Amino acid sequence: MPDLKQRGLDLYNWFEARLGLGTPLIEVAEHEVPNNTASWWYVFGSAATVIFVLQVMTGVLLALVYAPTASNAWNSLQFLDHNVHLGWFLRAMHGWGSDFMVAIVLIHMVQVFLFGAYKFPRELTWIIGVFLLLLTLGMAFTGQVLRFDQDAYWGLGIGASILSRVPLIGGPLVGLMLGGPIIAGNTLSRFFALHVFVIPGILIAMVGMHVWMVLRLGINDYPMPGRLVNKKTYLADYKEMEKKTGIPFVPDAAWKDAAFAAAIMLAVIACALWFGPFGPSGQPDPTIIETAPKPDYFFLWLYAVLAYLPPALETPVLFIMPVIGIAALILLPLLSGEGEKHVSRRPAAVLIVSVIAVSLGVFTHLGTYTPWSPIMNAWSSDPIPVSYLHNRTPLEREGAIVLQNKQCRNCHSIGGEGGLRGPALDTVATHMTEDQIIRQVLQGGGNMPAYGNALNPSETTALVKFLTTLHGHDLQPAVDASRRVVSAATATPPTNKQ
Amino acid sequence: MIPSEQLPQTDRTMTEPTAEPVKDPSIAAGHSRRTFLFKLALVVNGAVGVVLAIPIVGYLLGPALKKTSADNSWINLGPLSNFPEGETRLVSYRNPITTDWDGQTGDIPAWVRRVSGDTFQVFAINCAHLGCPVRWFAQSKLFLCPCHGGAYYADGSRASGPPERGLFEYQHKVSNGTLMISAGRMPTLANEAKNVTPLTQIETHIQGSPAGKLSAIDQPQPRCSSCQT
Ligand code: FES
Repeated sequence: MPDLKQRGLDLYNWFEARLGLGTPLIEVAEHEVPNNTASWWYVFGSAATVIFVLQVMTGVLLALVYAPTASNAWNSLQFLDHNVHLGWFLRAMHGWGSDFMVAIVLIHMVQVFLFGAYKFPRELTWIIGVFLLLLTLGMAFTGQVLRFDQDAYWGLGIGASILSRVPLIGGPLVGLMLGGPIIAGNTLSRFFALHVFVIPGILIAMVGMHVWMVLRLGINDYPMPGRLVNKKTYLADYKEMEKKTGIPFVPDAAWKDAAFAAAIMLAVIACALWFGPFGPSGQPDPTIIETAPKPDYFFLWLYAVLAYLPPALETPVLFIMPVIGIAALILLPLLSGEGEKHVSRRPAAVLIVSVIAVSLGVFTHLGTYTPWSPIMNAWSSDPIPVSYLHNRTPLEREGAIVLQNKQCRNCHSIGGEGGLRGPALDTVATHMTEDQIIRQVLQGGGNMPAYGNALNPSETTALVKFLTTLHGHDLQPAVDASRRVVSAATATPPTNKQ
Repeated sequence: MIPSEQLPQTDRTMTEPTAEPVKDPSIAAGHSRRTFLFKLALVVNGAVGVVLAIPIVGYLLGPALKKTSADNSWINLGPLSNFPEGETRLVSYRNPITTDWDGQTGDIPAWVRRVSGDTFQVFAINCAHLGCPVRWFAQSKLFLCPCHGGAYYADGSRASGPPERGLFEYQHKVSNGTLMISAGRMPTLANEAKNVTPLTQIETHIQGSPAGKLSAIDQPQPRCSSCQT
């Protein structure tokens, strides 16, 4: 036994004498860090790195089978899912790994922001981190394109349409993105090159710089209310803290990182096993237009924003907001590199994070059920509730058929079924008079198209008659006050005119 | 085992020998000459870089700099009898520029509306908002977009939702009893922007086309202030 150990040691020394990496690495691992940095809050960066390694490994494995051509990519994913032993599991790991990576990078960023870790001397670490976030999102988007299915195809269409709105150079940019006149083979090849070579290359280099700076500048000391960052004294203070309270990073602080990384990996594996791989949805055949394209989870909020922006604001917002947002992130450490770090003394920081988190959450939630989209088959699949047809005249029932046939249900719900684009019609008669309904139907308005051309007069009459019966259970129908005066006036001819 | 004395100690680096030998001063004599040569070599490398950059940049920007007209060509959509008057039908055609490995993505759909006789309108499948595939609903006479709920009237003009203009239209002509369209490039705001106000577009591009006059009559003015003309 001791002989074996000695041999192992000799072998290590043989390599170490030539390579010389072991000693510096061990030194790095055991370097002292302030004891207050051994916190469960400080585990997200290392977890993101671990998931990145997972993504690289699973990515390489998937590339062994994936065929990056427009005509074969979708088929090769089917092949991976069904014919390659455990191919589905690797796809699931890569897909869930990407979702976890985006989530953890975001959490890491929020944590760093709230802990003031971007302040002196770690400004550049933060700025590189901003680029790492953008690159991670770039990986997520390009990866979604490589899953070359219907969603990817139309997602590329959305991307190209957004680019086409860039003033002056929009057209060339679209050409650059698509690699040709239409979304086709060249487009996929471009995104393959980006996803597999270009972005990972930059990502690896930048992760290296990021980690190097963390080692060089030390881990951010745990903030204390009232302990301000001062560029003149900070470095000396940090050194002293390191001396006084230093503990070796490995294992005293790193055990938390290791434990958390393992938990995250287990979570990825569990999700992959339980939920399986993402897609692919339908084939990337543009002639199949019965589709409702949707982006992956992390871009749903953007999808929702695009639906809600008024047309006139869309182009400016699309191009000005990202520039402002990224510029703000990059300038943040340069503008507020000193001062208070603790979150309890930085209400603005908390407010910003909460507002952004709530808006992203709301928009993402809206993106999951897209209330702005018509439900294309509601008119032929959701019946009108029977109670709404009780005690109705034949004309009113005819109106219900018109409502169904003219596809009103695609945007309006009745009895809880149908589209959410327009208001529900269950109680429409309580807030609109017959005349108002006629006007709205024929001329449209608000977000409703005009149906004057799609309805003949008898259809309009029937439809409106049916709609005027919809006033909930015991609610009074809306009436036009002036009407009553008029009808009263005509019923009893005035004896003395006023 | 290999004697480790032959190799530098692990705790010392190769550049730090224990006894520092004194440098021969004559070696430094060539210093300025070598500096000059090094700079010269850098200049040569710079020149090589520029020469290399030309084909690389040209290669990269190739698809970006191509003119739309170079991609578009006349495509036959079939005999007029395929398109009953007063109806709007889905057609698909093979894009004029494709490769073998484009697969299904080379097949592009479009909506053909035969107003009457030789009067046609051919709409792109791509929503003028962000390019999703619009669907025709004959009963309500609307094109609806599944993505963000854009809606268009039968003549392609904007009805509601986020799009800021009507559907993109292909140029078309009727020859020898067949319907031809000029297509080849994905329609986007960038290459169709000049056609925005359909009033002027149809009159200038498809002169005398009854479709132009027709849509000129029932086309409402663009409802947004930002619509370019
Ligand atoms: S893409 Fe059609 S409404 Fe947005």
